[in-house]
Amino acid sequence: MAYLIAGETGDWEVVIGLEVHAQIVSRAKLFSGAATGFGAEPNTQVSLVDAAMPGMLPVINGYCVEQAVRTGLGLKAQVNLHSVFERKNYFYADLPQGYQISQYQQPLVGEGWVVLDLADGSSREVGIERLHMEQDAGKSLHDRDPGRTFIDLNRSGIALMEIVSRPDLRSPEEAGLYLRKLRAIMRYLGTCDGNMEQGSMRCDVNVSVRKAGETDLRTRTETKNVNSVRFVMQAIAHEAERQVAVYESGGTVEQETRLFDPDRGETRAMRAKEFAHDYRYFPDPDLLPLELTEDYVESIRAALPELPDEKKRRFMAGFGLSPYDAGVLVAERETADFYEAVARGRDAKTAANWVISNLFGALNRKGLSIAESPVSAENLGRLLDLIAADTISGRIAKEVFEVMVETGGDAGSIVEEKGLRQITDTAEIEAAVDKVIAENPDQVAKFRGGNEKIAGWFVGQVMKATGGKANPKLVGELLKEKLRN
Amino acid sequence: MALDKAAVRTIAFLARIKVPEEDLEHLAGEMSNILGWVEQLGEVDTSGVEPMTSGAETTLPQREDSVTDGDARDQVLANAPQPEDGFYAVPKVLE
Repeated sequence: MAYLIAGETGDWEVVIGLEVHAQIVSRAKLFSGAATGFGAEPNTQVSLVDAAMPGMLPVINGYCVEQAVRTGLGLKAQVNLHSVFERKNYFYADLPQGYQISQYQQPLVGEGWVVLDLADGSSREVGIERLHMEQDAGKSLHDRDPGRTFIDLNRSGIALMEIVSRPDLRSPEEAGLYLRKLRAIMRYLGTCDGNMEQGSMRCDVNVSVRKAGETDLRTRTETKNVNSVRFVMQAIAHEAERQVAVYESGGTVEQETRLFDPDRGETRAMRAKEFAHDYRYFPDPDLLPLELTEDYVESIRAALPELPDEKKRRFMAGFGLSPYDAGVLVAERETADFYEAVARGRDAKTAANWVISNLFGALNRKGLSIAESPVSAENLGRLLDLIAADTISGRIAKEVFEVMVETGGDAGSIVEEKGLRQITDTAEIEAAVDKVIAENPDQVAKFRGGNEKIAGWFVGQVMKATGGKANPKLVGELLKEKLRN
Repeated sequence: MALDKAAVRTIAFLARIKVPEEDLEHLAGEMSNILGWVEQLGEVDTSGVEPMTSGAETTLPQREDSVTDGDARDQVLANAPQPEDGFYAVPKVLE
């Protein structure tokens, strides 16, 4: 379903491109030996290089390069063996060098793509234009003092990947899917933790609109530093509506940088934009070009983990899962691993149902992540084994599962302790069946009078009498036999 | 390439250097001279030569990913005019 904005002059299409800044997972910074951990005391993870003291020289962290190459390969992109670091010059209080070391004309990674899994089950490729490496800036705190801004340089110099998409996205929903997929890929690769709340993944949103059917792009605006998937979607929706209103009232959209205000859910123009973009890029004289070899790139490619798209295909082909179930299970690597541990040697679809409906339901209810699950994959697997062996029924299993969620206990022990073992002893079930039949002559008459639907009621009565422990299949067979006679 | 007063004014702004209006004319001449001097390099025939940014015959040296530096807040803040609570404090910059 196309996302169109109905205007007075006709339908408008939205064109979106995203620039994602993703912090690279590494111990030390891109050009210094200072630590990168989040939440440290201010200015305690700052080397004199990060503070831009005179005479300090940057030395690149080889692991950060490897992480960026790995990400590029995960985006099915071409890795450039020759890339160049340049200085992007601008003044801001949290940028002590007065420039950001970045890549401009010759980035590390070229064109690639990300696959979106759309709600209707179809999928679509979104182009990646480039990925380049750069330094993060420090952090400005504006709310600690009425007259002053406080600066913390702990973030200054942390390695970032800027990942630029093509203007291939057409709705807020697609933008949300793109961000989630990109985050999943990087989390699988271990190259970025994707934590938007802590700012390790941030997004600039480029939006333009055009009349449905137009092929040229109109002027776009850039909304900076939007810090959650939901806010990105809101910013796009608001900005698109605003631009349509501008055009329809006879105005023109200006190319400008805007800010998203999460409290109002709208974008607004930044002030002081007359000199906004004159970065005067030039190659950084402190750094030689980055030269990689084909062997180096191939060795990283050979060690890539299985990524979400491949895992999803394998889950569908190998386990017979639906695209939806497979998609849910592969969204996080931890979830996929958990599922595989449960499914190993067991019925794959039953395992998927239990993980998706019961386990996810319980975790959501308790606000826990899969890593914090009180029920281990091993324990959930043993519960499924008890069902498969007819030791307990599916209904009892749900009861046992709830106990497991509360106590983290072992399925087998819970069944034994609570005496939940299924009754498969025919004589015992027969006694219960006989009793129910004897006590309900009216219902028996109805059944024998042709109302066969009432059989279900009898099953319910027997199950009730046995505390739910009778094997339902045996109960059904015995009832049928005895009611007929 | 000759620079005019307006270009020098812009460059001064981008570099955050305060240049009095009466100095602009003189600086435009001086900077144009420097550019003209550098532009003499254009006389060298470089057809078929890859652009380069360094004459050094070495590759970019790389570091291990280990924490070897930082944790030196007193040093880092030593020259800050008014540090507070471990932060640099600067005149309010708000967008």
